[in-house]
Amino acid sequence: MPQREGSPFTGLATVALKEAADHMTSARIHLVMLLVLLTAIGAVYAAIGQISQTVSEDQFLFLRLLTTAQEPLPSFVAFLGFLLPLVAIALGFDAINGEYNRRTMSRILSQPIYRDALLTGKFLGCLLVIAQCLLVLWLLVIGLGILLLGLPPSGEEILRGLAFLLASFVYAGVWLGVAMVFSTIFRSPATSALATLTVWLLFTIFWPMLSPLIAGAVVPVDPFDPMTAVNQVEVQRAIARISPNTLFGEMTLAILNPETRSLGIVFANQLSQAVIGAPLPVSQSLMLIWPQLCCMIAALLVLFTGAYVSFQRQEIRA
Amino acid sequence: MNTVIETRDLVKHYGRHAAVDGLDLTVEKGEVFGLLGPNGAGKTTTILLLLGLTEPTSGAVRVIGLDPLRNPLEVKRRVGYLPDQIGFYDNLTARENLLYTARLTGLSTAEANTLIGEALDRVRLTHAADRRVGTFSRGMRQRLGLAEVLIKRAEIAILDEPTSGLDPQSTQELLELIVELGREGITIVLSSHLLSMVQTICNRVALFNRGRIGLMGRVADLTSDVLGGTHVVEVEAGDVDLRAALDGAPHITGVTEQRPGFWRVDADADARPEIARRVVAAGGLLRTMSIRHTTLDEVYVRFFEEDKIHAAA
Repeated sequence: MPQREGSPFTGLATVALKEAADHMTSARIHLVMLLVLLTAIGAVYAAIGQISQTVSEDQFLFLRLLTTAQEPLPSFVAFLGFLLPLVAIALGFDAINGEYNRRTMSRILSQPIYRDALLTGKFLGCLLVIAQCLLVLWLLVIGLGILLLGLPPSGEEILRGLAFLLASFVYAGVWLGVAMVFSTIFRSPATSALATLTVWLLFTIFWPMLSPLIAGAVVPVDPFDPMTAVNQVEVQRAIARISPNTLFGEMTLAILNPETRSLGIVFANQLSQAVIGAPLPVSQSLMLIWPQLCCMIAALLVLFTGAYVSFQRQEIRA
Repeated sequence: MNTVIETRDLVKHYGRHAAVDGLDLTVEKGEVFGLLGPNGAGKTTTILLLLGLTEPTSGAVRVIGLDPLRNPLEVKRRVGYLPDQIGFYDNLTARENLLYTARLTGLSTAEANTLIGEALDRVRLTHAADRRVGTFSRGMRQRLGLAEVLIKRAEIAILDEPTSGLDPQSTQELLELIVELGREGITIVLSSHLLSMVQTICNRVALFNRGRIGLMGRVADLTSDVLGGTHVVEVEAGDVDLRAALDGAPHITGVTEQRPGFWRVDADADARPEIARRVVAAGGLLRTMSIRHTTLDEVYVRFFEEDKIHAAA
């Protein structure tokens, strides 16, 4: 193949900004965001009610805002883990096949841009919208906290909050990647939406049930060898971590609960001399989630590459 | 020397099916060139190959001296394209749609706005500039697509089935706009399956059949080459064998009996007086006689019928 001339980034910013503007004004995103905002504010409000009844001293009141659950409402973090994929799917499921269906694909690609710019631009545009939504949500929660608790957050809490923001962003990005891949594979937006929702349901609801079953089948426990039980737990965790939801759950656990020392099993002898319940410094918590964060970013890149390859190989004619 | 589009032995396979099968095509600067043929004859594929939107299986393409595969951005900057069944973002207005593509072309917003105003004026859509494209009729969309080509200030405009699905009036308006563009020196390549409709505006045409060009040349040359005449006289006459009666008559190139008493005479000039004289002289009853120009449809049917017979033999 001869070398192509011209930059693949020509028109990238135009596409990204146009996509972002389209999403910002679309009814679909307004509805999803309304849902997210309402549930989030509900969860935080409930958490504040719970917190203001506690009398014990707590160094990280602000973080409790995000993690405290009051029956029947789950915590803010749990809500995000559940709803962020929906936001990302709503943004991405018809990114590419929508252009074919509107018959705009050949018209756009006959402009002096490469296909790279269209796909990357769409991806960046959606990420921009997600980042904006998350930032607004985050500021809103902090603002609510300051107003209703009457306390400013400490520097460490802000740091942990920012790390949590990054984790949520990457998590939503992974689901956006899934939606984009399906939007390039399937020509019908309904099919790609269903396929993405199927993957979402699989990981959100069925994966936590499936991983112990698979682990039990692959590594059976021998009652006379305690190490096999340890092995099984390890295998089960490894399988569970295929799901981005598990990774996100672990990340939020370690960042927002500074007492978390390990995300795997811990033996009693490993805890000797440890002050149970003493918080870790931010840097140590970040070390703890580093592998999870890297895995998520890698998954995002792999999914984007998949969408890219499938899009580049497509015939333009409808 | 003024060749702007040139393909040599171009082949494109989709799986085992050859959509374009050995295409040699040249288009000169300033021409209105028609790619004609039925649906599925390879016209759209050829256009996509010219724009570098799909890769040829083999063969070479040169557009304005550039290879659309190697230098697609430059080619797409200088070539405007109006796709078959053009689509716009229905939730945006006409102006916003044009602004988006103008920005992709690399124009600044200020430049683009001036050009968009002028272009909308030329295609007579100024009154609908700020309406959502979702409310546009088929003809308006097609004209909006043409406005996009204008904004690009393209040297070559490639129009894929520009008139398909339009009512007669919109068709006429669009064809007039296309002729106007051609007069301004823009090279126009247009494809259509409605052969007779575009024969009036094309300088040269290429007739496609199963991925190959069957015939290429000026419309008048094609009709006289294939049918031997540029005029068709339809004769209704009784008590005469017209074929024998017209034997050796000047200008007559072919006589066929379509059904008893109805004859079709191909001629390269208006041969009605001669036909009338001979029918009467042979003792026949001349009932009606009408003349018209040969259409490309007839050329197409005749040519590829022969082709099929050859293929079968």
